[in-house]
Amino acid sequence: METGNLADVTIYIALVVSTLRMATPLILAGLGGVFSERSGVVNIALEGIMLISAFMGMLISYYTEAPWLGVLSAVASGVLVALILAVACVRYKSNQVVVGTAINIFSLGFTGFMLRKVFEHAGQSPPVTKVADWTIPLIHKIPVIGPMIGKHTPFVYIAIVAAVISNHVLFETKLGLRIRAVGEHPKAAETVGVDVFAIRYLCVLLSGALAGLAGASLSLGFLSQFRENMTGGRGFIALAAMIFGKWTPYGTLGACILFGFADALQILSQTLGLTFIPRDFLLMAPYILTMAALAGVIGRSVPPAASGVPYERQK
Amino acid sequence: MSRSTRWAVIVVAIVVIIAVALSLRKPQEEIAEVPQEVKLKAAMVTDVGGLGDESFNDAAYKGLKEAEEKLGFEITVVESKKMDDYEPNLRSLGDQGTDISWAVGFLLTDALDTVAPEYPDLKFGLIDSVVEQPNVASATFKEEEGSFLLGVIAAKMTKTGTVGFVGGMEVPVIEHFDAGFHAGVLSANPDVKVLRGYTGKFDDPAKGKEVALAQFNQGADIIFHASGACGLGVIEAAKEQGEGFWAMGVDSCQHHLAPDNVMSCMMKRVDVAVFEVTKRVQDGTFEPKHYIFGLAEDGVGTCGRTSEHVPEEVLEEVEKYREMIVNGEIVVPASFAELETFTPPSV
Repeated sequence: METGNLADVTIYIALVVSTLRMATPLILAGLGGVFSERSGVVNIALEGIMLISAFMGMLISYYTEAPWLGVLSAVASGVLVALILAVACVRYKSNQVVVGTAINIFSLGFTGFMLRKVFEHAGQSPPVTKVADWTIPLIHKIPVIGPMIGKHTPFVYIAIVAAVISNHVLFETKLGLRIRAVGEHPKAAETVGVDVFAIRYLCVLLSGALAGLAGASLSLGFLSQFRENMTGGRGFIALAAMIFGKWTPYGTLGACILFGFADALQILSQTLGLTFIPRDFLLMAPYILTMAALAGVIGRSVPPAASGVPYERQK
Repeated sequence: MSRSTRWAVIVVAIVVIIAVALSLRKPQEEIAEVPQEVKLKAAMVTDVGGLGDESFNDAAYKGLKEAEEKLGFEITVVESKKMDDYEPNLRSLGDQGTDISWAVGFLLTDALDTVAPEYPDLKFGLIDSVVEQPNVASATFKEEEGSFLLGVIAAKMTKTGTVGFVGGMEVPVIEHFDAGFHAGVLSANPDVKVLRGYTGKFDDPAKGKEVALAQFNQGADIIFHASGACGLGVIEAAKEQGEGFWAMGVDSCQHHLAPDNVMSCMMKRVDVAVFEVTKRVQDGTFEPKHYIFGLAEDGVGTCGRTSEHVPEEVLEEVEKYREMIVNGEIVVPASFAELETFTPPSV
């Protein structure tokens, strides 16, 4: 088979563009995971929240033809679903993994059911208005760099800005200190007057909002319709990226970009007919990286000490 | 304690309300249409693509629906959400005494091979794969023959000299599409380059779009997909690229998804197969054999809306190739191995 010309710069541009696109939903959901776990709540429900948000975003855009309103409602529904997790896990101290799994299963059934109810059509929604791409003035005219980062769906920029803001909040503000304290040693935090429950509610809801954005990026950013189970395990990959990134926003950002890169490389090498690496191996690569991360190959990955442990208020 | 009791009561109450609501609805419908004679039952289990895939699950459903309307079958559809649903879903149909249950898709092969012997008195049908059991009819399609015609169209219509193929998982069925399409391109214009990419999935449109964008980026202007719901992303990619960029759909007619950017579709008449074999259950002529549907049986072909974008002279050429395939003058390769040794015919 003929192979593409590897000296051609457009290939590298395509690789960067594709990496950013593939990484975006992971980054948004992964940041959600960071906030939730940093405060001590394991949010395995990211996948389900993304799916419901992708659906709600599509639905609102379908009726209003205003995609940004769709994005807003995706975020709102993400927060609502996260509220279930927060109430069950913070207030009622349920097992966080069980509740998260329940939400994931529920969302798959709920979106499929609603699709049939609303559109009387199984499988996927009709096409809706999606969020228009943003072109960054001036930058998009720079050769090489311009085509790489100058024109994307807004979610790509939102994801990167969100990572920067998250890092600032978590490590350079009083609130961030409190969040980390609650996740490491909630008892100590409460002793000095931090409201553990309030912090955990806030963080879980915030993670719902971010996962909601991630969902909207799929149904209103990259595609313009909802498809059953369209998240395709991205919520779980985002969790893995969060662990890979050692529970920090920048680490997660980097891990997501790496995962996105593996995906993009896999797609591009197929397109170029580079068959010396078996296609199956390339398809596996992101998942092997995930497992390597989980097995601690990239060095010690220590979760927040109180992550996954329900907190009992001190009398 | 009292708090958890309260929760338990709430949960139980919700379950009861739902159960009551459901039980109130059902009987009325059933009483309204009590059949005079005992109806034959036909059912299908979808693969994970599910109904609404605009593809073979929908096509199978169409055939089943036809059996309901024309032959008076009582029909049931069971959708599979994940791979390990296949066996339980097939068993539940067996337990209900379904006269013929269709396993729709290659992915259900092993499940059907396990379940069919457990219900020796019932009949089963399988789409896209072959199971040799005394109560199973297998229906496969010569996807390569239909894909060949799309390859001819793509090679004649491309302006960039490059076309693409996006597949789902690398399973034998998809190889039929890939090899047939490639052979069609080779036959119509050996100078046209074919790019090839697989998503590794059948249900991830975002991934399908990414693969298609990579191919458009590398100079392709027409992309044929055989990737289930991933194909929605392929069509989306063509739509987004705009005028002059085309997708080719698969299994059923996908023009309506992007009328200006879908050039043609490879029709795979799963509905015909399901209807014909289901009918044989009623006639008593059901045979547990392997039915093959190709161009000659009208089991595959190009869709009716192809002429909206493809000019008459190309269609005439396609028709010539079609006749040659039906006559056996061209044997279309169904695998990469056969593609290697394929020599394009002279027209």
